[in-house]
Amino acid sequence: MSEMTFTLDGENVPFEPGQTVMQAALAAGHYVPHLCYHPEFKPHGSCKLCTVKINGRTAASCTMPAEAGLQVESNIEELNALRRTLVQMLFAEGNHFCPSCEKSGNCNLQALGYDLEVHTAGFRHLYPDRPVDASHPDILLDFNRCVLCELCVRASSEVDGKNIFALSGRGINKHLIVNSKSGLLVDTDIALTDKAMQVCPVGAILRKRVGFSQPIGERRYDQRPISAQALDDAPRQADASGNCAACEGTP
Amino acid sequence: MSKKLRVATTSLAGCFGCHMSFLDIDERLFPLLDLVEFDRSPLTDIKHCGPCDIGLIEGGICNAENVHVLREFRKNCKILIAIGSCAITGGLPAQRNHLDLGSCLTEVYLTEPGLAHGHIPNDPELPLPLDKVHPLHEVVKVDYFIPGCPPSGDAIWKFLTDLIAGKTPELGHGLIKYD
Repeated sequence: MSEMTFTLDGENVPFEPGQTVMQAALAAGHYVPHLCYHPEFKPHGSCKLCTVKINGRTAASCTMPAEAGLQVESNIEELNALRRTLVQMLFAEGNHFCPSCEKSGNCNLQALGYDLEVHTAGFRHLYPDRPVDASHPDILLDFNRCVLCELCVRASSEVDGKNIFALSGRGINKHLIVNSKSGLLVDTDIALTDKAMQVCPVGAILRKRVGFSQPIGERRYDQRPISAQALDDAPRQADASGNCAACEGTP
Repeated sequence: MSKKLRVATTSLAGCFGCHMSFLDIDERLFPLLDLVEFDRSPLTDIKHCGPCDIGLIEGGICNAENVHVLREFRKNCKILIAIGSCAITGGLPAQRNHLDLGSCLTEVYLTEPGLAHGHIPNDPELPLPLDKVHPLHEVVKVDYFIPGCPPSGDAIWKFLTDLIAGKTPELGHGLIKYD
């Protein structure tokens, strides 16, 4: 049986039934910018950074099932301009003060800004008033930096089985909440070893007392841009002969 | 050679960190001085800006004097560049933007322990603080933005030399930074 493929920016991308456009693209070594997508979780489709053009129509590549013969465009100026706008809107909506953030250098939102060459604010920043939750002895919850990707929500319910986080409210009032009677993190059974502690793409969920431990220059996105590193996280497939052209360092 | 470009620089609601970073271009200052001469700048101590080709401004707008200086730069500079996080978004001083200015001043000068008999500074020489800290582009048109807190000397060098060479300035990985 011949391999099923679609084209991404003119290149053939093989896929297996059930894969999304994003999954197939990453598996084949093609980067599509994304923020709320994580290879280990069911797609959420909310950040829209992975928007591509499929046969001329825009769609979120993380939720769109791959089909043979699709013509997908991703790395084009029209879409990158929209992605820059989305990143600017995320920065404007919260309080993202990179110079004083422990996640700086390891932050996906910041790294996307770098990679998309976002030089400007773009929008008037809202400077919302969002007190932090420092109640837990080992974990800091800083709502100022939350981008509502729901990765902690998904991790806590699907992997940890604890349902500690949820999103509440609608539109501009949407916000992250903690599932305890007091609403405080200290009154949950969250643990440092939870998956929910590892997935935050920004500096909203932080382990206490380890901030700034990595010197500038040695942090994740100091080294290589997110477009080069996102592929490291994605599951790869070798071809029938066991070769994987996109898999750096694999024998 | 052709006439040197005139460059003015200033710090508004900034910490002079971007100026320190500018000095981090080190010995490249000499080739730069073959191409440019400085007008108003902390480096020259000239107090007011004359007609210039390029204006570099670090820091956001937090008081009335900042607005006057910014307008003086915009009036005199053909190209105005916002340099650093504060100039581009308000930066760390904008961390007061979700707070009431009156209660900020009260806490800092009156109610904070250890400040007995303090008072909120009211000397008429002092510029009035603005209710919120603003980025430059909310007050005047800004032509270019160099992000970073501060941008590295290398980023500033790359940006300026691209601009002086008549190219669209580009930073790229490693030079574009928000911290």
